[in-house]
Amino acid sequence: MIPLSSPDTTLDEPAESAERATDEERESLVATLADVLGDGLVDSEVAPGTDVWVRVTAEAWLDAGMALRDRCGMAYFNFLSAIDWLPSPFGRDMDAQVDLSDDGEAAEPEPMTWGVAGGGTRFQLLARVHDPRAHIGVTLKADLDSHDPRADSWIPAYPGADWHEREAWEMFGITFRGHPNLIHLYLPTQFEGNPLRKDYPLLARRVKPWPGIVDVELMPGDDADDEGDGGSV
Amino acid sequence: MTTVPDTRKLAYIAGQASDARVNVEFESDGMVLNLGPQHPATHGTLRVIVKLDGERVTAAEPVMGYMHRGYEKLAEVRTYPQITTLVNRIDWLGSFANEVPFILAAERLMEVEAPPRAQWIRTVLFELSRIANVVLFLGDMGVQLGAVTPVFFAFRDREFVLNQIEAVTGGRFHPNFDRIGGLKDDIPKGWVDETRGVLDRIRTFCDEMEDLVTGNEIFQARTRGIGVIPADVGLSYGLSGANIRASGVDWDLRRDGGVGLVHDRLDWKVWTHPDGDSFSRYWVRLQEVREACIMVDQLLDGMPSGPIMAKVPRIIKVPAGEAYVETENPLGIMGFYVISKGDLVPYRVKIRSASFNNISITPWLLKGVYVPDVVSILASLYFILGDIDR
Repeated sequence: MIPLSSPDTTLDEPAESAERATDEERESLVATLADVLGDGLVDSEVAPGTDVWVRVTAEAWLDAGMALRDRCGMAYFNFLSAIDWLPSPFGRDMDAQVDLSDDGEAAEPEPMTWGVAGGGTRFQLLARVHDPRAHIGVTLKADLDSHDPRADSWIPAYPGADWHEREAWEMFGITFRGHPNLIHLYLPTQFEGNPLRKDYPLLARRVKPWPGIVDVELMPGDDADDEGDGGSV
Repeated sequence: MTTVPDTRKLAYIAGQASDARVNVEFESDGMVLNLGPQHPATHGTLRVIVKLDGERVTAAEPVMGYMHRGYEKLAEVRTYPQITTLVNRIDWLGSFANEVPFILAAERLMEVEAPPRAQWIRTVLFELSRIANVVLFLGDMGVQLGAVTPVFFAFRDREFVLNQIEAVTGGRFHPNFDRIGGLKDDIPKGWVDETRGVLDRIRTFCDEMEDLVTGNEIFQARTRGIGVIPADVGLSYGLSGANIRASGVDWDLRRDGGVGLVHDRLDWKVWTHPDGDSFSRYWVRLQEVREACIMVDQLLDGMPSGPIMAKVPRIIKVPAGEAYVETENPLGIMGFYVISKGDLVPYRVKIRSASFNNISITPWLLKGVYVPDVVSILASLYFILGDIDR
């Protein structure tokens, strides 16, 4: 086993040089992944000194996990989840009057847009692993099929992914190939639907108007800048 | 009452004896034992289904969801300032510490930084939350192994810490005090001196724990060498906090890559323990309480003056983007992955809570241990159900 303990580090490193050093680290991490995965790596983005995002294809999902663990020293499994990029068909509900047209009906849903490192389909896997020695983390994304989201289970790479995949399965309806025990984690066994999908209504908001809307009132003189900000009527 | 004739009884005993002589092992399908749904120290309701072969656990499956509140969904329909109310209730013993990573994530997206004084007070409250949280663990660890006294001491001394938190924030458990760009209020007059007095009490409490629990033979027998987690297994399951440091991993976000808080300007030490057993997890936490007292002392000495709130718009709209910020909370690493599309409400918030990962190792860890050790292992992993179920 690799020794993980390090001597006490000095606390006052010059911030600027540290920032540049980690930047190179993140760039080289992306380069290593591109080397291993080839076409499997779709896109990447480095926020200097802060973070790095890598987007891979669904087919390369498990390979990317293996490569991160074995080639990049990412021994620490942080979390695994998913994102539903479908704009909510319910608008942003009663928080934002901007979503309602004049007759109080919900406005037309916006087109789908994606976040950092782009996207192409409705569902995206989201996982994060960490290097406990170099102290950098990487966020990994993968586009999944919009109608039948499927991916390989990460359990061979990180056993800790087990429960996270069960959660993603019940909350988003994503199937993980090779997962030994894909059953409900939080929700009752008979539960139907995938609550964290954007087209799953939040019933509490459907049946009762949100009281918070009256709490946000503009101060006199504030309205010039904040016009159209919503939630303020 | 039925009586068995003597002859049959004798035949039975003879049969048993002969089995024992030829060393026959009885095989059974095992027994399924249901622990819970409750927690001996009421950190929420967890149910563990264990399959037993004699006294040994062959399989263990925790069942949760009794407290699932769906915060990730609720966060999608609440404005950023409203969400701190939700995240307060994730780890309810160290509430203020929950707010910090979320606020820092929002601040990173908005490119706002809290003024120095706010950062210092944040760090003070962050560490006081840790003390309030872990002090209760130290007491509970004893009560779950049958020692009732420590828990009374813990509740007694935690109250002083909660009083200090309440004096600043107005809430004992749910401060809801952290704001994007700073804090709601400054600390009240005379608070610094009072807090020093409380720190002395906590130090005394730590000494009492050393006397009462740490050196206790029964405690040692029930925790030393029990529930050993090797470092690489712990890392692959995503354990964090004292649980991973007790396995010899020298990694603390307060020192390594901490953002927004001022731990890097203090003189303190990260404690690790090479053993990885229940005892070392207890021991590391005890040292961390002492260390937190040292930190708060230094923070109170060097508190800068100045404003406590940066200039932020009254109606907070967070620019589009994604940010992940994690901090070293009392239970371990807590992180928020916030996706914004430039609205009043976040598009998605992924809550990475410490206990969820910490407890996900239990099916692996409980395999092969004896029934009484299940309790000591679960106690030493220290989870709060609100932090698992979210």
